[in-house]
Amino acid sequence: MDDWRPAASPAALARRAELLAAVRGFFARRGVLEVETPLLASHGVTDPAIEPLVVQGGAIVAAPRYLQTSPEYAMKRLLAAGSGPIYQLGRAFRDNEAGRRHNPEFTLLEWYRPGFDHHALMAEVAELLELCLGRAGWRKVSYGDLFREHLDLDPHRASTAALAALARAELDTGGLELDRDGWLDLLLSHRIEPALEGIVCVHGYPASQAALARIDASGPVPVAERFEFYVDGLELANGYHELADPAEQARRFAADNASRRRRGLAERDPDPRLLAALEAGLPPCSGVALGFDRLVMAAIGAASLEEVLAFPWERA
Amino acid sequence: MASYSTNEFRSGLKVMLDGDPCSILENEFVKPGKGQAFNRVRLRNLKTGRVWERTFKSGESLEGADVMDVSMEYLYTDGEFWYFMDPKSFEQHQADAAAVGDTKQWLKEQEPVEVTLYNGTPLSVSAPNFVELEIVETDPGLKGDTAQGGSKPATLSTGAVVRVPLFISQGEVIRVDTRTGEYVARASKS
Repeated sequence: MDDWRPAASPAALARRAELLAAVRGFFARRGVLEVETPLLASHGVTDPAIEPLVVQGGAIVAAPRYLQTSPEYAMKRLLAAGSGPIYQLGRAFRDNEAGRRHNPEFTLLEWYRPGFDHHALMAEVAELLELCLGRAGWRKVSYGDLFREHLDLDPHRASTAALAALARAELDTGGLELDRDGWLDLLLSHRIEPALEGIVCVHGYPASQAALARIDASGPVPVAERFEFYVDGLELANGYHELADPAEQARRFAADNASRRRRGLAERDPDPRLLAALEAGLPPCSGVALGFDRLVMAAIGAASLEEVLAFPWERA
Repeated sequence: MASYSTNEFRSGLKVMLDGDPCSILENEFVKPGKGQAFNRVRLRNLKTGRVWERTFKSGESLEGADVMDVSMEYLYTDGEFWYFMDPKSFEQHQADAAAVGDTKQWLKEQEPVEVTLYNGTPLSVSAPNFVELEIVETDPGLKGDTAQGGSKPATLSTGAVVRVPLFISQGEVIRVDTRTGEYVARASKS
């Protein structure tokens, strides 16, 4: 057995340590407070595409506890309590996510900026990436333009049938049946992402993919005030102009659970403490979650997460 | 047969897809942070040899294929079929021309080969990476031409034709790389 050894090289681990220090320095200079919130919490996210690991054993565990898939809910409670700008650099866990670019346990950098809209936060994410990767320059492109550019298709207006036909013509999808957002995800992840070069920020997602972002209904089509960052096709970060309306938040929780029912997944109780915090008032803010392990991958040009983790899932 | 979910897909796993047995070569988990998770899978169709990529929704499953790789001894051919024996069970299997394919030119009696069985019937036969075969026909060797330069065709006992250096003579046994069909060295005569 040789699997007691670390998967990452000493050089990769050294680079990882440098980047942790660089991130902390970046936020210290900007007066953003480092915080830590529970990994094991009473509620998980309702997001139908994210499954938590659940802890049921232990004398002190009266009801199941959820390993956090991101610290979002707890950090929003801090914001509502008047924390001001905050960041967290910690572990998150997701069931079923394992592969070259996924480890079920991973390090997430998440931060919130009261008073920032999503465009202001995009600029800050870009600065952090330029600093960490030693690169200059980034491109900002709307989701609509990206699809028009790569696939000659308007993702906001194309019919589900047209999206399915394009995907089936260009990829072997077998008997795959997806909803509209599923086909968009397929085309984005299989046809567009691999072609992205450099630091690219995509924004203006379909309103149906808003998750916890506000919706901008002022344009010709309503779009989510949500963005994603890619480095050479590797998805690194996902950010929102954060939804603050508790009634709308409760509706999205309900919609997530309806989608969970349709897919045969367990429903998740909405976190009452998050709803109470929103009720008390979340300051207008933007927030973003960035996969720190993938940032290290991009920094050293690694092809797989194993190259940047001391002990990936199989060796943990 | 058991069925396997996308998160159990590993290189080498044999599954049924569109009615044919396939071997999984690579399985890439692809998931946009906020969306549908997919598995992009490279497969080889074990009947046709075709290699391609198919995308599945994560969590979908495929039935396992009853495919086994068994080391067998090559016995003989009657021209229509090639006969192999499992040295453990002494069971004999006949493979048709489609199953032996190009491997037939490397088959030497009593030598071990790997036979892939699908539902108990040979689906394909793979030769060892190196085989030693006798030259039954080639132009006479040229004295003094033992260094570099020049090659000539030589017909082996199995019918395969390979290019050999000029100094190699008829009746000699040579070592051949079956993956490239190239001469490697003289083999010591047994």
